[in-house]
Amino acid sequence: MASHGIKDQVAIVGMGCTRFAEHWDKSLDDLIIDAAQDTFASAGVAKDDIDAYWFGTAQSGMSGITLARPLQIQDKPVTRVENYCTTGSEALRGAAYAVASGAYDVAMALGAEKVKDSGYQGLNAFPIPGDGTARTLTAAAMFSMVAPAYAQKYGVDEDQLGEVLARISWKNHQNGARNPRAQFRKEVSTETICASPRVAGRLGVFDCAGVADGAAAAIVVRAEDALRYTDKPLYLKALSFAVGSGSGLIDPDYDYTWFPECAATAADAYRQAGITDPLHELAMAEVHDCFTPTELVLMEDLGFAERGTAWKEVLAGTYDRTGALPVNPDGGLKSFGHPVGASGLRMVFEAWLQLRGEAPPERQIETDRTVALTHNLGGYPGEMVSFVSVLGTQLG
Amino acid sequence: MRGIISSAGYVPYRRLQRASIAQFFGSGGGKGARAVASYDEDTTTMGVEAARRALGALDDTGVDDRTTELDALWFSTTSPAYLDKTNAAAIHAALRQPARVGAYDFGGALRSGAGALRSALDGHGTTLVVLADQRGGLPTSSDESAGGDGAAALVVGPDGPGTPVVAELLGAASFSDEFVDRWRSPGDQRSKVWEERFGETRYVPLGAQAWQSALTSAGLEAAAVDRVAVTGMHARAVRSVGRALGVRPDALTDGWADAVGQTGAAHVGLVLASMIEQSEPGQVVAVVSLADGADVLVFRVTAARAAWSPADPVAGQVARGSDLSYAKFLTWRGAVTPEPPRRPEPARVSSSAAWRNESWKYAFVGSQDRTSLAVHLPPSRVSMRGGAVDDMEPVVRADTLATVATFTIDHLSFSLSPPIVFAVLDFDGGGRFPLELTDVEPDAVAIGDRVAMTFRRLSTADGIPDYFWKAKPVRTHERSGTATTTGGGR
Repeated sequence: MASHGIKDQVAIVGMGCTRFAEHWDKSLDDLIIDAAQDTFASAGVAKDDIDAYWFGTAQSGMSGITLARPLQIQDKPVTRVENYCTTGSEALRGAAYAVASGAYDVAMALGAEKVKDSGYQGLNAFPIPGDGTARTLTAAAMFSMVAPAYAQKYGVDEDQLGEVLARISWKNHQNGARNPRAQFRKEVSTETICASPRVAGRLGVFDCAGVADGAAAAIVVRAEDALRYTDKPLYLKALSFAVGSGSGLIDPDYDYTWFPECAATAADAYRQAGITDPLHELAMAEVHDCFTPTELVLMEDLGFAERGTAWKEVLAGTYDRTGALPVNPDGGLKSFGHPVGASGLRMVFEAWLQLRGEAPPERQIETDRTVALTHNLGGYPGEMVSFVSVLGTQLG
Repeated sequence: MRGIISSAGYVPYRRLQRASIAQFFGSGGGKGARAVASYDEDTTTMGVEAARRALGALDDTGVDDRTTELDALWFSTTSPAYLDKTNAAAIHAALRQPARVGAYDFGGALRSGAGALRSALDGHGTTLVVLADQRGGLPTSSDESAGGDGAAALVVGPDGPGTPVVAELLGAASFSDEFVDRWRSPGDQRSKVWEERFGETRYVPLGAQAWQSALTSAGLEAAAVDRVAVTGMHARAVRSVGRALGVRPDALTDGWADAVGQTGAAHVGLVLASMIEQSEPGQVVAVVSLADGADVLVFRVTAARAAWSPADPVAGQVARGSDLSYAKFLTWRGAVTPEPPRRPEPARVSSSAAWRNESWKYAFVGSQDRTSLAVHLPPSRVSMRGGAVDDMEPVVRADTLATVATFTIDHLSFSLSPPIVFAVLDFDGGGRFPLELTDVEPDAVAIGDRVAMTFRRLSTADGIPDYFWKAKPVRTHERSGTATTTGGGR
């Protein structure tokens, strides 16, 4: 099996991201236009300079026309992609491979989602006709099964695990409070987090990602062209993507304490990028904290902690903004919000700001490390899609 | 010789204490309790549960149920899930019956239950008679408190070497008369009744005539009857006819009026199944059903009864019921509508997709890879272990017990009775599937709990019930393979 990667072949030369929020006053078109304009400006290009587009939306529209109409793109290739919550990362992947292949010189990846027009809280899947036997459980309920399984396997008292999960939520709210683009910009005490109403299993409202509208975009070119657009490009060190077979749901060997798809993409991405010690090589990581137990388990799947030890590292502050490896310095899905199609690109946007030293001073990470990781997943424990990227400021 | 080859009753898990009605309204109710179908049950699902038990008892005699070849499956109820469309077809599918078995509904009137049973006994071939009903009325009405929900299933046919009858029909009589005692217009949720004393004057002579006629055809005196029950929705007439039967005082049974309630078209089958369960070889049992006339069936329990063991006796099901609040009862009946979770309601089931997946959806049949032996739920064409293609055997998990590997309680998903309790289940003999639990107290679920499968209605959209399987706690497990539960609550 080959997964060669495209290390140092492609660079991001411009990015943009809207605020993620309940944008009652903004349409999908508005969000697309705002993100695209910011991104064109960031790269110093005009719409006509873009040769091809990859547009990610999970369920806010269909076909490339959903992007072409608001931006008035005429007769250019616009590919619409969808891959659950990794939709935004998938758009970046398509655009990056397109320029790496030489088919195009300049490509844009744009992810957008308008989730707040449904009239319901949370995310609701588009109904596909079926035999009526499919699970109707919420994502919160599916991920809530991770917490007791983890506690039992590693002998963590359930109340102590509750503290660990609250600490993750607390940290992400701390970071989001320092992010003007975040949906929730308020610090929340662990007492408030623990007292929040139960949603599923032991998970309360503050264990769940924010649900927001938003859009984010990136412009990619071949690495050798990057300096024509910016002094500080971000080079793609690794792009890894894995789709599980869904057998975790029906395989008695799966124990709900890890996500094999995520571990596979991490291993592949580290190999592509040449990373051997992520905890000490990465400047930061953006991970898919859709629910607090997800972030906990990801610390182990991504190699930031040994199996069964991440809960201790969380309590020790290892993943705080000032810790050994800051995780979700922009607030993560928890406080930044989760417009499905945009989230993967939003994660890359934080790496873009942090590695270029352009994050607001109150959350800029002080480090001499030059590589960052984004991790984006979709689906549920047992049937998951996973994406990992590694980005860096230096070639080689 | 024709008779009953196997039989079973089904009494849903929940009970409404009749006193709780008066506690709420200041009137209505009465003594005892009535059985209440769960929010996810209807007459079709209850019929499936009764039929699984009747056929399951045959499995346990050492006779493979495949050799208990049915010629027909008849279903009777006054509260069908569908009109126009045959409800017996869903029961047929859930029981994995071959296409050549005719499936028919006997619907509408309360008497259709007794009529289906009598017709099967008079007919030929082997017929599975399934009776199910949900009875109720307006709040505080006697129909609400005296009614009950339940089902019965009786395998009726000729005495045969592999399938001996456990109750031989000795005699029968049916008397009919046109008088308007109880009626309901199509679409109405409540029945109406004429002044009780008028109906009583009709039922008492009809019952006496039918009783005498049946005894004569059986060649028996009333004193020879060991056990008899009188059933019907007219409580005064039931009592009066019972008093006039002339049987030994200890022979008259109460017919579960106090503990289950009158289960309408199903009741004649429920009390008959219960009496057979409580009888010994050689005893004479009889049932008198009063509905727009009188039907009497007289049986002698045969020597084969000794080797036949009921899968899940009615008395045990009655004993392990769990109380339901009157508020929940009113909610489940649609009398009150609490705020639902703010989530989209389920979409309509695709008819063509359901048909393609009939054995999975209706009968919980998965597949097993011949090479790796990995069990796939739902059935799969490509194996998750080794990747073999189209090399699987069907594997039935409907009658298999499972263990809770992990579980959660979902407060957000749409449900007719939130919260949803959902568990990842590992089946005995292989296979894992995440499935909703039912007939369960959310606080009492634990990893390692044992559960059995039960056929339920998940939801209804556009008039199409979405039938599938759930799991429920095994309260005291009697025997494996019958997917039945017995004993007290946890």
